[in-house]
Amino acid sequence: MNDLFRWDYVFDHLDEIQASTLEHLKLTLLAVGVGLLISFPLALLAHRVRWTYGPITWVTGVMFTIPSLALFAFLVPFTGLTVLTAEIGLVSYTLLILIRNIVSALDAVPADVRESAVGMGLSPGQVMWRVQVPLALPVILGGVRIATVTTIGLVTVTAVIGQGGVGTYILSGLRSLVPTFTILGAALAIILAVTMDRLLVLVEKLVTPWARSRSARTA
Amino acid sequence: MSDPMISLDGVTKRFASGSNAVEDLSLDVPKGETVVLVGPSGCGKTTTMKLINRLVEPTTGTITVNGVDILRQDPVELRRSIGYVIQSIGLMPHRTVEQNIGMVPRLMGWPGSKIADRVRELSEMFELDATLLKRYPSELSGGQRQRVGVARALAADPPVMLMDEPFGAVDPIVRERLQDQFLALKAELAKTIVFVTHDIDEAIKMADRIAILNTGARVEQYAPPLEILRDPANDFVRDFVGAERGLKRLALSIVGDIDVEKGPVVSRTASVAEAEAEMDRSGFDWVSVVTDGELAGWVDRDALKGVSTVGDAKARPFSAYVTAEDSLRQALDSIVTSRTNVAVVVSEGQRYRGILTLEGLSKGLSS
Repeated sequence: MNDLFRWDYVFDHLDEIQASTLEHLKLTLLAVGVGLLISFPLALLAHRVRWTYGPITWVTGVMFTIPSLALFAFLVPFTGLTVLTAEIGLVSYTLLILIRNIVSALDAVPADVRESAVGMGLSPGQVMWRVQVPLALPVILGGVRIATVTTIGLVTVTAVIGQGGVGTYILSGLRSLVPTFTILGAALAIILAVTMDRLLVLVEKLVTPWARSRSARTA
Repeated sequence: MSDPMISLDGVTKRFASGSNAVEDLSLDVPKGETVVLVGPSGCGKTTTMKLINRLVEPTTGTITVNGVDILRQDPVELRRSIGYVIQSIGLMPHRTVEQNIGMVPRLMGWPGSKIADRVRELSEMFELDATLLKRYPSELSGGQRQRVGVARALAADPPVMLMDEPFGAVDPIVRERLQDQFLALKAELAKTIVFVTHDIDEAIKMADRIAILNTGARVEQYAPPLEILRDPANDFVRDFVGAERGLKRLALSIVGDIDVEKGPVVSRTASVAEAEAEMDRSGFDWVSVVTDGELAGWVDRDALKGVSTVGDAKARPFSAYVTAEDSLRQALDSIVTSRTNVAVVVSEGQRYRGILTLEGLSKGLSS
């Protein structure tokens, strides 16, 4: 066990590695998904009712600063060693990133576009869903990217409360001092983060063809 | 004005900032006319326009469109029945030209084929190439965007159009072309249009009726362009209309509006003596020569030396003519640049109608 990295371990445990990577991904996507569901209405509120923006970012900002390990330790007595405990932590870390991005994305929609939309007879809901949200999408998706990559890193910590993911390997490495485990866990987390980042850039381009044509023109 | 399309009655709108206010404004826009609101910046002309589609709600007063109090109407429904064009156009950057133009019809639930037909019709009307329809607004030139903006406002064929400096964002040459194009369309479309500009020349060109607004949207004068140029109601209007009031009037009137003088004219079969008598009668030292009513040119005393009839002399062509449809401004240009100091008026090609002189022009304007 003196080798730094033992590929034979990897080849012998491909199924297990795949399973924990998928588990990691599931925890991440659930956190970002729920994070979006909570952030979106809060961001809309902050965008429409300006004075709420300060309090909302203050609360989510405080949540963001709580060390994850401490948060889990605090939650376990109430919610146990469960997915719920993991997700409460993970979701709360996505909120600040997502809310800030959504609000600034909505603010950046040109005033004349909004005015002409209202002037042409779009209802408030249509202005929001057919004009503001589509135009804000590139920036919103940028926020989703940051939140996803951040969450992938944080999910490694949820292994502590037995929720699986590639953090399990890092934890094993820590306990057994076998570097293969630590490196495997870290490498998987990095690969996952980079893959998701590239994938979301692709999604962003696919859903915003008009932005692509503009950059193609100015290029 | 028995049947105004838009009527503002005692309308006041105040803003916290104090500027752009409208104070007790009453104004009727007759059906089918283009009314241009013109005035210095901050006078409340844009506010007045936005009151009509409820982008701004009045503090007090009543506004009716087609006889219906707009405050009792659903604002969304109201706006769909009113075309709206703003200076920055505000095309949807994430929608193609086609989707932008078809926006209001789609909101109103038109079937797809009808929308496609309408988009095609409008793009032909505004000379937008079919290849442009699939592009995004960021890929268009300024003039193209402006035309898409106007086409979009017309898409659902609204009876009323509100246009806030619609040609303001393009260079003067393109602007003039867009104005001409719109004037030609306007004649066919029979829309009631409220048009806002700060440019008095644009107002004179586009308007059936101009409202000159002072601070607080106070109406200093509300009259057809010619009347404003001829009889400015007060010093404010005089200053606003500017120094070239006379020239602007000339641009608005056409030769057909005023009487032409007969001028010195003889048939080519006339004798030299008759031609000289005609010069003496009219006080010119030259005479126009016509053959069966068609203008052949002109001859002077020198050209008549040694010939027996006018037809034997070599008639020289006039350097320029004007027709009944030309503006008096063009006639004036013709007068001052011609060697003879007259503008020759012809119709249907070369049929001689008479002449215009400086005196004739100023007499025609003052009548």
